[in-house]
Amino acid sequence: MAMKVELPQKGFNFENFQRNAVLADKGYKAPKVTKTGTTICGCLYKDGLVLGADTRATEGPIVADKNCEKIHYLAPNMYCCGAGTAADCDHTTHLIESKLELHRLQTGRPSRVSTALTMLKQMLFRYQGQIGCALVLGGFDVNGPHLYTIYPHGSTDKLPYVTMGSGSLAAMAVFESRWRKDMEREEAAELVKDAISAGIFNDLGSGSNVDVCIITADGVDYRRGYDKPNQRGVKEQSYKFAKGTTAILTEDIRQFVDVVEGDAMDIS
Amino acid sequence: MEYNGSAIIAMKGKNCVAIAADRRFGVQALTLSTDFKKVFQMNERVFIGLPGLATDVQTLYERFRFKTNMYKLREEREITPSTFARMVSSTLYEKRFGPYFCEPVIAGLEKDGTPYICTMDLLGCITTPADFVVSGTASNQMYGMAESLWEPDLEPEELFETISQSLLNAVDRDAISGWGAVVHVITPERILTRTLKGRMD
Repeated sequence: MAMKVELPQKGFNFENFQRNAVLADKGYKAPKVTKTGTTICGCLYKDGLVLGADTRATEGPIVADKNCEKIHYLAPNMYCCGAGTAADCDHTTHLIESKLELHRLQTGRPSRVSTALTMLKQMLFRYQGQIGCALVLGGFDVNGPHLYTIYPHGSTDKLPYVTMGSGSLAAMAVFESRWRKDMEREEAAELVKDAISAGIFNDLGSGSNVDVCIITADGVDYRRGYDKPNQRGVKEQSYKFAKGTTAILTEDIRQFVDVVEGDAMDIS
Repeated sequence: MEYNGSAIIAMKGKNCVAIAADRRFGVQALTLSTDFKKVFQMNERVFIGLPGLATDVQTLYERFRFKTNMYKLREEREITPSTFARMVSSTLYEKRFGPYFCEPVIAGLEKDGTPYICTMDLLGCITTPADFVVSGTASNQMYGMAESLWEPDLEPEELFETISQSLLNAVDRDAISGWGAVVHVITPERILTRTLKGRMD
């Protein structure tokens, strides 16, 4: 009988749900998921907007990643910061990125921020907040710069300066006291850096470096590691173990070899 | 994760990577076997370590084996570790609302020979640090060991000692993992597999 390859079904799969519920009943909780913890923010300035994010990812009280990327690419003129469940932020933004790419190929026009906004909020609302990502969406299109926040349940805000994540209060305090209309480019970048730094130093869920992304009509200036206030000290000594310290029971070495099959093909 | 117990670690070296795992299979405090396989070779230069619920470890391995074989047949080339990681990530995220209890570790060499390591949470969020990754019930202990022992540009033999000592000393402080260990060191020339002598208590 011929083997038939069954393609996987689209969308989420709930196969293990009941089993996991039984395990949870018996006291075996699912492992902790990676959260971003996060301070993310964005603000408008004279000719565009600046997005900012810290770079810490946490798994409960453990720092899972000291330098992760939270400013996700959506389109050449659009980026999106993600806070909340890290897997949800990664996969949601990635899905919308592909949808926007297909939309651009279909229409032959650059993507608009409102298109991405609608796609994201409709998707998040459909899942009733179960997909736990809080986003800051920023982009520049035919209608100028746009800055939005999207909540996990699908509601959105449009404001001149926004913050999200566990460090949002610290970052908002900086914006509330120092944001002005029509700031200069570098002034805005510094303000965003200070807002994120407030999150890094005052919120335990946020930490490490500051990433900044400046979006204007002329393009995107993504500055990964814009500020690094928490560099690790250099080790003064080496802690290498001498060769042969570890007791070995068995050893198996597989050498790679170059396989040459027959003569080279005559293509004259 | 705490039902069966496991410890897996991967490290980058100079033009090489290493991945190591403990070998215990137990149900809570009862040890059933000390030669359980948790690290699997997907092709010549890609390894995956699957710590977590043992039933999911084996289910996932079979799924990844199927998927990489299909990839090889369709594309007529071997999968690279970074592509493989994305595949694993999508497979896990598909089960977002009923996840497998497993946090995979992937180690391998890219097509041009650059080392690649990464880990994921059970939903498939990829983390790719520059030094080392740990996963399993002894992960806290391994973080401590690796953070102090690891240094950049380790040669294959140095990397072997570093990863082995990080793992062995970590599992000695974890009751439900350990009982021997296996280490794979992947270099552009060879794959070195060694089983280690560990405490059997």
